[in-house]
Amino acid sequence: MLRASLRQVSAALKEGQVTPTELCQRCLSLIKSTKLLNAYITVAEETALKQAEESEKRYRRGQPLGILDGIPIAVKDNFNTAGIETTCASNMLKGYIPPYNATVVQKLQDQGAVLLGKTNLDEFAMGSGSTDGVFGPVRNPWSYSRQYKEKSVPKSDSEREEFKWVITGGSSGGSAAAVSSFTCFAALGSDTGGSTRNPAAHCGVVGLKPTYGLISRHGLIPLVNSMDVPGILTRCVDDAAVVLGSLAGHDPKDSTTIQDVFQPFELPSLPDVSKLCIGIPKEYNAPGLSSEILSVWSKAADLFKNAGAKVIEVSLPHTHYSIVCYHVLCTAEVASNMARFDGLEYGHRSDVNKSTESMYAATRREGFNDVVRGRILSGNYFLLKQNYENYFVKAQKVRRLIANDFVKVFGSGVDILLTPTTLNDAVPYMEFIKEDNRTRSTQDDILTQAANMAGLPAINVPTALSERGLPVGLQFIGRSFQEKQLLTVAKWFEKQVKFPMIQLEEVKGA
Amino acid sequence: MAAAALGCGGGWRRAWRRGLGGLVPVPIPALVHVAVPVPIPACRPPRVVARNAGGGAVPAGKSGLAPWVPVVGLEIHAQISSNSKLFSGSQVQFAAPPNSLVSFFDASLPGTLPVGAFLACFSLSQCLQMRLGMAFVRTHRYTWALAEKVLNRRCVEAAVMTGLALNCSINKKSLFDRKHYFYADLPAGYQITQQRVPIAVNGSLSYSLCIDNKMSQMVTKTVRIKQIQLEQDSGKSLHDDSRSQTLVDLNRAGVGLMEVVMEPDMCCGEEAAAAVRELQLILQTLGSSQAIMAEGQLRVDANVSVHHPGEPYGVRTEVKNINSIRFLAKAIDYEIQRQIEELENGGTILNETRAFDSKLGCTVPMRDKEGMQDYRFMPEPNLPPLILYDTKSLPANVNHQQVVNIDWIHERLPDLPSAKRAKLVELYGILPEHSFTLVNEDGLTEFFENVLKQTQMKPKKVIGWILNDLLSYLKQHSCTVKESPVSSVLLADLLNLLEKKEISASAAKQVFEELWKGEGKTPLEIVKEKQLQLIEDREELEQICQAVIDEHEKEVMAIKAGNQKIVNKLIGLVQRATQGRSNPVLVKQILEKKLSE
Repeated sequence: MLRASLRQVSAALKEGQVTPTELCQRCLSLIKSTKLLNAYITVAEETALKQAEESEKRYRRGQPLGILDGIPIAVKDNFNTAGIETTCASNMLKGYIPPYNATVVQKLQDQGAVLLGKTNLDEFAMGSGSTDGVFGPVRNPWSYSRQYKEKSVPKSDSEREEFKWVITGGSSGGSAAAVSSFTCFAALGSDTGGSTRNPAAHCGVVGLKPTYGLISRHGLIPLVNSMDVPGILTRCVDDAAVVLGSLAGHDPKDSTTIQDVFQPFELPSLPDVSKLCIGIPKEYNAPGLSSEILSVWSKAADLFKNAGAKVIEVSLPHTHYSIVCYHVLCTAEVASNMARFDGLEYGHRSDVNKSTESMYAATRREGFNDVVRGRILSGNYFLLKQNYENYFVKAQKVRRLIANDFVKVFGSGVDILLTPTTLNDAVPYMEFIKEDNRTRSTQDDILTQAANMAGLPAINVPTALSERGLPVGLQFIGRSFQEKQLLTVAKWFEKQVKFPMIQLEEVKGA
Repeated sequence: MAAAALGCGGGWRRAWRRGLGGLVPVPIPALVHVAVPVPIPACRPPRVVARNAGGGAVPAGKSGLAPWVPVVGLEIHAQISSNSKLFSGSQVQFAAPPNSLVSFFDASLPGTLPVGAFLACFSLSQCLQMRLGMAFVRTHRYTWALAEKVLNRRCVEAAVMTGLALNCSINKKSLFDRKHYFYADLPAGYQITQQRVPIAVNGSLSYSLCIDNKMSQMVTKTVRIKQIQLEQDSGKSLHDDSRSQTLVDLNRAGVGLMEVVMEPDMCCGEEAAAAVRELQLILQTLGSSQAIMAEGQLRVDANVSVHHPGEPYGVRTEVKNINSIRFLAKAIDYEIQRQIEELENGGTILNETRAFDSKLGCTVPMRDKEGMQDYRFMPEPNLPPLILYDTKSLPANVNHQQVVNIDWIHERLPDLPSAKRAKLVELYGILPEHSFTLVNEDGLTEFFENVLKQTQMKPKKVIGWILNDLLSYLKQHSCTVKESPVSSVLLADLLNLLEKKEISASAAKQVFEELWKGEGKTPLEIVKEKQLQLIEDREELEQICQAVIDEHEKEVMAIKAGNQKIVNKLIGLVQRATQGRSNPVLVKQILEKKLSE
């Protein structure tokens, strides 16, 4: 039952094959038995069971609130949840209990979804491994799959299994792991430079980053306001469409959401791609792209060709500048957004009280990790009066060029872009941490963050298993607010590739 | 400190669910944040500064060769008179219980956003949706105003109105920026303001002042307005030195401000004071700000420098902490003098922020503002541009409740103080300088006009009573017009007695003095009680005149010798003898007749 899709389980709930409470309990017990994955920071057992009970009453009355009623979901721990601790995996917000719900959380609850808990991430979503949070790294469920073990863990190897577990990618690694390990049916992530799509690719789940402005950011603790988008992680494209339909639309609490009324849509059961033009951006054949992924990518292009679609190579010439540009804009906004954490109104406060200034300094030093502090430092540097024009303003101009690249390509008749999501499959934790966070983020965001720069919708679709038995995903990038077309193509592709289900064995350390 | 009495228990800070418990205490070391006067050598009594014909201060240098030219620019923060804050639905109220008017956004809780549905849409949609609904939830002791509301329409209109009144061009598209600095009463670590493209630019303000305090020598000057920007106010810090802590009240955090930046076109404290007074009158006339300096609704920072003519401007200092117009003039003049003396003694001026100490009458460096501030300005990413329309650019089919139309506001601007003055001069034939006093004193014009309505006396005569008698009594007793014990009705009654020649002018002054006591008597009652009515009986008056003539032989001789001026002295003596109850014209007639006999 837990392996079913959201639509299937919703049908089961309606038919009474399972009750919301049973479903919730099963998820909770699976969360317990997969605790080693460290996917959750907070498990809201009590409130989840209460919500499930409420849902059950509605089903009994024959008045469920909709398809999400009674469905267990998880939320990344950088969304505010009223009455439930929200930490951003940081010492700064450890123990912080928000008084209000993020709009997306409220919408899910209003439709009867059951909130199981808050998922792990890199501190303040700054990272691409889900390894840099104060609650420790998230382990990729595929580390414990039969597929991975058979291919990558020789039985006679003296090396301990523990050593070989692979990362989830990030920063929404907890949400990706939670969906991948069947502890919930959908999860919210956030996506600023690829933070939803990257872990989705590594964990073999669908990861959707909607168009900027389609979903409210109110209550999402920001990383980069002009790029942040709540992300959706599910086990199939249809489920992503369901969750999108329940979240999208104008929010008076977020001035950057679109005013137009959003019409939830269902995807055609037999999608047709024969009339489409698929663009293959040559710049995405980036240095460091593994030959394995390159071959998955070109096979995917062939699939479209064979289905009658027009597949053409296109160029997004400013892609190379994207990472540097992103670094300047991201750190500048981080420096600004993090300024509120001064230990006064909420969160951690240092005991140092020699002066207000020394208290600020100590609070921020104790509250933030090196990654966050490093970004604050660079960001403040870029915003200094003498540097502003040379860095921030220039980066904004480059951002415009990158966005224009997409406008031109889509203007030339291309409907959807097809690219890899990551350069490699997931690497073992011990290998990952050899490089610092900044280097890792630079490498890992390279294929994903241009979509954030341009505000475009993009989705990771699990495609194949690598030679090591780990998931490889491909990314589709669509036109602004054309989620329906994007998801339709993604669904067709999903049907073609028949990505294998994870054969999860007992999750335990060696 | 009274505020310290409010509970600040140990567990107040960890989580919001426990509430803030009154004010938020912040530890401070002894005296940080508090500008401490440096006793020597900063506080010398300011030297009198000579004035040139234009009213500006141009003191001569010590050598007497190179005069110093002071340059004064002003930055004025006017709190917008509005029921709610700029980007949240919280109420605005002076002197409410600490931290009782704070929304999640005002307290900068993580994840909250400023809202501005009133701003241009980010989207494809043309239609602007405006949500005026405001919901309140009660969390413990707090009434949280949900951030449901839009960028406050009232604040935008107030800024447009003020911009138009100050002859500014209104930017149809303006932008919001973040200005960063750490301070306990700035919870977000930045202030949302308009640095790059403010709502109004390039205006001017004309103001008048009198030279050497002579009402008859008024000059009109103009100061250029660089810009008006919309921005958020900060909270308030209360420093409790005895406990080494700062208490923070966020009620004011997020209230809408207009920052009016005046170019350095002024040259002394008096000019700055006159310009600020004129601005204050304009704001109050528009209703865009109550502009009461004592309540912090109008805050003035002065940028002051001195230089020699023909040379570039000198290094400037910024003077803060000025809470009245009188102190503004004092602070600027002190600062000009200090800089001149510093420079003449071979010193240099530091680019620093100084606070005015009203008790000592001098400016002192502000310790916590030492060092270079780099505000690291950045565009506010959560707010789309603020779009305004005029009648020409107004989109069709738009709900007028949802847009601000500049032309519409322009047509409805009330009469500004300058127009009011011109009207008074035209309508009543009074002197321009009189109209100036009438308009500049709160409520005096209304008082004057109310008296006029109830008396037959000519305005030109009434104005004398208003300016010479009423105003000097008010000044003497430090009263406002509203507090005057002599109402317009009473004064009109009194002037009617005078006009009907029932009492003399000097008797009228006595009656006025009685009226000021506020005992509830009417002028007529006082006149009767004190027997101040004119002596009607000509015979009686002739007897008194004769007695005066008899007692003053010398004077009579002089008059007879041709010195007619002495007659006035005799008239005065008769007046004294009758305790002001004689009609001077009649007395003169009688005297002249008797003396020519």
